[in-house]
Amino acid sequence: MTSNTMLRWGLYAVLIVFAAFYLMPLFVMLTTSLKSLEEIRTGGLLSLPREITFAAWSEAWSTACAGTQCEGLRPFFWNSVLMAVPAVAISTVVGALNGYVFAQWQFRGANLFFAGILFGCFIPFQVVLLPMAQTLGFLGLAGSIPGLIFVHVIYGIGFTTLFFRNYYVTIPQELVRAAKVDGAGFFRIFFAVFLPLSLPIITVSVIWQFTQIWNDFLFGVSFAGPGSQPVTVALNNIVNSTTGVKAYNVDMAAAIIAALPTLFVYVVAGKYFIRGLTAGSVKG
Amino acid sequence: MPILEIEHLQKSYGETHILHDINISIEEGDFLVLVGPSGCGKSTLLNCIAGLEPISGGDVSIAGRNVTGVSPKDRDIAMVFQSYALYPTMTVAKNITFGMKVRGVDKATQDAKLAEVSRQLQIEQLLHRKPGQLSGGQRQRVAMGRALVRDPALFLFDEPLSNLDAKLRVSMRTEIKKLHQDLNASIVYVTHDQIEAMTLATKIVVMKGGVIQQIGTPAEIYNRPANMFVADFMGSPAMNLIPARVRVDAGTTRIEIERKDEAPLVITDPVARDLPAEIVLGVRPEDIHEATEGAHLPGNAQRADRDVLIDIVEPAGADTFAVTQLGGKPVTARLRAESPVQARRPFPLAFDLSKVSYFSPKDGQRLN
Repeated sequence: MTSNTMLRWGLYAVLIVFAAFYLMPLFVMLTTSLKSLEEIRTGGLLSLPREITFAAWSEAWSTACAGTQCEGLRPFFWNSVLMAVPAVAISTVVGALNGYVFAQWQFRGANLFFAGILFGCFIPFQVVLLPMAQTLGFLGLAGSIPGLIFVHVIYGIGFTTLFFRNYYVTIPQELVRAAKVDGAGFFRIFFAVFLPLSLPIITVSVIWQFTQIWNDFLFGVSFAGPGSQPVTVALNNIVNSTTGVKAYNVDMAAAIIAALPTLFVYVVAGKYFIRGLTAGSVKG
Repeated sequence: MPILEIEHLQKSYGETHILHDINISIEEGDFLVLVGPSGCGKSTLLNCIAGLEPISGGDVSIAGRNVTGVSPKDRDIAMVFQSYALYPTMTVAKNITFGMKVRGVDKATQDAKLAEVSRQLQIEQLLHRKPGQLSGGQRQRVAMGRALVRDPALFLFDEPLSNLDAKLRVSMRTEIKKLHQDLNASIVYVTHDQIEAMTLATKIVVMKGGVIQQIGTPAEIYNRPANMFVADFMGSPAMNLIPARVRVDAGTTRIEIERKDEAPLVITDPVARDLPAEIVLGVRPEDIHEATEGAHLPGNAQRADRDVLIDIVEPAGADTFAVTQLGGKPVTARLRAESPVQARRPFPLAFDLSKVSYFSPKDGQRLN
């Protein structure tokens, strides 16, 4: 064996160790969720389940108690879907239009506006909690899913604008000029020329926004009412409201269920995510 | 009626003046070339004509209609861009018909126009491809096709050949010229390449620093440049600009050119010319002739009184270029290929004084 291949095997060994280390919690979660409570008490943390049971999963989904409400994650999961899908869609569309304007239709003070929007990306969530609560109350959206959508759209626009602006800025200005001479206007150029070019960056925006919004806990716990809590808040409640014996298997199953959608989105569109972040320009 | 008339056009960005008092008028069927070094404002002027840049003063009229302040789509123009600016997600056919589609032209007319133009440009077999699958020359044709289907009053070309390799550029140049002749189209064409300007134009505008230096036919620009900038910019190799002194006596003009370490070279013109004492003599390389024994000289060529020392000889196939030093400047003569001229040897030269330009050394303006 030459030193080169030895180096290579060494490298693989290190990588495998790191990957295993990184995947360990997932392994524990998955195995624990498939064990019965009895087996959890008696067996080791890392041991495989002797008998696979999906009881914990069905309990987490439909009967586990979050606070006083014992309907499992299901209603909250749908709350999250009803919140995340419109919020992702709206913030992506607005971000695309914003980015298109900033990149291709320079106006007086555009840089100042853009700096302002960029600044919005860096405002910590905690800072806006109280003013946002007041705003939602004023708009009559407090404690509702539309209220949560509103908050997430506002917070997301900074990022989506940045994504689309940086993507569109690589598209040559002559393209807009050509379309203008051809007779197309602002929206026509956007829909006919720019939008068809945007699949990679739309994917980036959707994955980013979906992950952010789905995983958000702070806004959910602050602004949601009893009927509009997202799945992250319900997960917290389920884990915290068990009485007597801690049902680890149910907690783990619930955690996996709550994380599945973001995992799914990344697996489906992940390769576009990387491509969209790194690639930019339309090589003519 | 002029197809394009520009009157007192001004363009400035804040305090920076890009274009100064531009006045141009062309007739239907004219091929106007705006030429000048980079940064001279030629592309900005084209964008002002297109309406893609607002102007700061003056008027632009196209086909008799004042279009100052009118948006590009309503100016009855079509434009070919330097980068071709093809819509990357559309097929060639969609690229070409996009303008008609936007304007609500019916499908049958679109198809007929598309067929006609793609036949004309020989791109019929490319219609279903995307721009990314085309070569540079093919993209160039599609970009022209997009302009041609529109059948506008005025075509605008912004350095359309500058992204092509040298060989393709020459053949596309010929095609554009042929297209102009076949369609009798009115064209404004921007280039920094003076050969392109000479070969294509019916009328040339030479620009520098946002100011028009000269407007004229290619022959006028070449033979009678208005100033030393135009003389130097147009023509390759460039016109020789030689500082000289003038003495007029007894009906003849003596032009004396200083030389390093040697007596001045004197050319005697039998005609008395009204010139100041200090001039710059502008003479094209092909107007300097070999004056060996028995060499055939054109009627107006005047032998210099002495031989000149040739520094470098550059055979170029059809011609041989001989470089010498006169008045402190390198001077190139275009001689026939079989010329016996040799480097580092004295050689007799004659100057065709009927074709030379005289410039004022102070302001560079033409004197004759």
